[in-house]
Amino acid sequence: MADTSLSTDKLLDMYRTMQTIRQFESRVRDIFQEGQIPGFVHVSIGEEASATGVAAALTKQDYITSTHRGHGHLIAKGGEVKPMMAELFGKKTGYCKGKGGSMHIANFELGILGANGIVGAGLPIATGAGLAAKVRGSGEVAACFFGDGASNEGTFHESLNIASSWKLPVVYVCENNLYGEFTAGKDVTSVKDIADRARGHDMPGIVVNGNDVVEVHETTSQAVERARKGEGPTLIECKTYRWEGHVVGEEAFLGKRSYRPSDEIEAWKRRCPLITFEQRFVPDTFSQEEIEAVQADVKRAIDDAVQFAQDSPYPEPEEALEDMFSNA
Amino acid sequence: MPEMNFIQAINTALAEELRLDSKTFLMGLDVWVGAFGATSGLTDEFGAERILNAPISEAGYAGAGVGAAMAGMRPIVEIEFASFFYCCWDQVCNQAAKLRYMSGGQADMPITFRAVCGAVGSAAAQHSETVYSQFMSVPGLKIVVPSGAYDMKGLLKSAIRDNNPVLVFEHLKLGRSKEEVPEEEYLVPIGQAAVKREGSDVTIIAIGYMVSQALKAAKALEEDGISAEVIDPRSLIPLDEETLLSSVAKTHNVLVVDEGHLRCGAAAEISAVIADKGFDSLDAPVKRLAAPDVPVPFSPPLEKFILPNDKKISATVKEMLG
Repeated sequence: MADTSLSTDKLLDMYRTMQTIRQFESRVRDIFQEGQIPGFVHVSIGEEASATGVAAALTKQDYITSTHRGHGHLIAKGGEVKPMMAELFGKKTGYCKGKGGSMHIANFELGILGANGIVGAGLPIATGAGLAAKVRGSGEVAACFFGDGASNEGTFHESLNIASSWKLPVVYVCENNLYGEFTAGKDVTSVKDIADRARGHDMPGIVVNGNDVVEVHETTSQAVERARKGEGPTLIECKTYRWEGHVVGEEAFLGKRSYRPSDEIEAWKRRCPLITFEQRFVPDTFSQEEIEAVQADVKRAIDDAVQFAQDSPYPEPEEALEDMFSNA
Repeated sequence: MPEMNFIQAINTALAEELRLDSKTFLMGLDVWVGAFGATSGLTDEFGAERILNAPISEAGYAGAGVGAAMAGMRPIVEIEFASFFYCCWDQVCNQAAKLRYMSGGQADMPITFRAVCGAVGSAAAQHSETVYSQFMSVPGLKIVVPSGAYDMKGLLKSAIRDNNPVLVFEHLKLGRSKEEVPEEEYLVPIGQAAVKREGSDVTIIAIGYMVSQALKAAKALEEDGISAEVIDPRSLIPLDEETLLSSVAKTHNVLVVDEGHLRCGAAAEISAVIADKGFDSLDAPVKRLAAPDVPVPFSPPLEKFILPNDKKISATVKEMLG
């Protein structure tokens, strides 16, 4: 039932990316709870297909903006797990030399304009990256990841209005995981489908199964093509779900107070993006052995990343005063 | 040397920098027509592709400026009135100011934000503020407040060429004030104060429009036998502490004048620097003259009452030295 025009290499790459996100974040969750990672972390376990399918439709020169739940986006856009893990540990070898942490990883060479700790902040930034591409005529596209919560921010509407008015090459990707922090989206959102909000800004709004990496990828590819042709932005809503809490370890302060039913979590786990992929492509396209080899490769990479982060030095305290202003 | 007014200085600086670097573009409210004239006519030369008339959507277009800067452009973002910065506080303070640092120094953020500021006459509390002091406590921003056409042009050009976020505050009352401005290219470096008048009895440090008031006061004080030195910091961040402190070392008395609010204002910060580092030079406590901590009122007598001016400056100096 491999009814897709995607090559087997592309499919396996996407599977590898999803595995990397899953294993990276599962390990982060575990070692955070062991106390090895300071601060707090937000993981996107269960949402791997949207990050992967979107990023696979972009080139290295294209831009993304990400969110507080950004590890998956960064890995999918080419972020390496070693400097990412080191950044989470606050080590000098991290992507941001320990100055950003989980919520602020950026890598400009890869077009990653940063995860962001402010809900909705990436929307105008991605819009601006699209504007830059348009003003200089250089052809890049900006993909903007944000959640259902951010779609209630003013910056969402301001950005969609600007991008649509100016026909900017931006793909807005709403990962609707049904909850903004500890509040259900349905209780605080005027529309059932966030994609409907595209109509108010005269752009296409498309709902996709956010747990199906192929569907996400194919829809995004069309939106990217539209953007590159100068036809303007698209809003894609990926219906998905986060298996874990808003923040790892939230039980510590929420106690037994619950904000979502456990049968809902179980139902979504049965729609796991990785299992969805395996059911569709194994054994017709890939053998079980090929899939297991990917899993084992990724496990080794994550083991190495943790080791690298653990072995890396902290920055010198005085480095807190560096990197303020560019003298260039 | 030819004369130019403050608005013409802005217009000329913008045109020169837009001509110089194709990565530079201007975006803001009403920039095609030029609400106060500063951007008028720029579309004729640079076209609507580089002079972008933005919607009334400060968070949207200020944030887009930040994204464009990170994507390799050199945007100039106009936020009409300085009080409108409150609508895009996140984009300036959480994003533009922090993204370089948070990324471990990866990102250059060559973005210039321009806004008109200050009380221009019964514009009331939401169109009369200076606002800059609030940005002074946000690490990562540079802040310049020109006091005349010469500095305006030179500082704006430096701001546009700077690879960091620079906020330029343009006092609307200076709009028609003229100064000699050379025809040849020049820059005024950010972080360098100017001694606007030399004196020996007291240092008056004045910001923006208040420089003109301090100079008027100094002239009046001279008739009373008081020699006042007038210093214009020109940029608040970074602050040229050396020039301020060496003036205080000479005069031993200092009055800091700002149109912004007294509490945690620009004058408070400058006073603290002098108290910290220049205490031994002082014959008397550092004195501040700034607007009392009320929103800028509408009615002319009310507005006049709260704003510092030349008469209040000279009266305060006489009190200090009396």
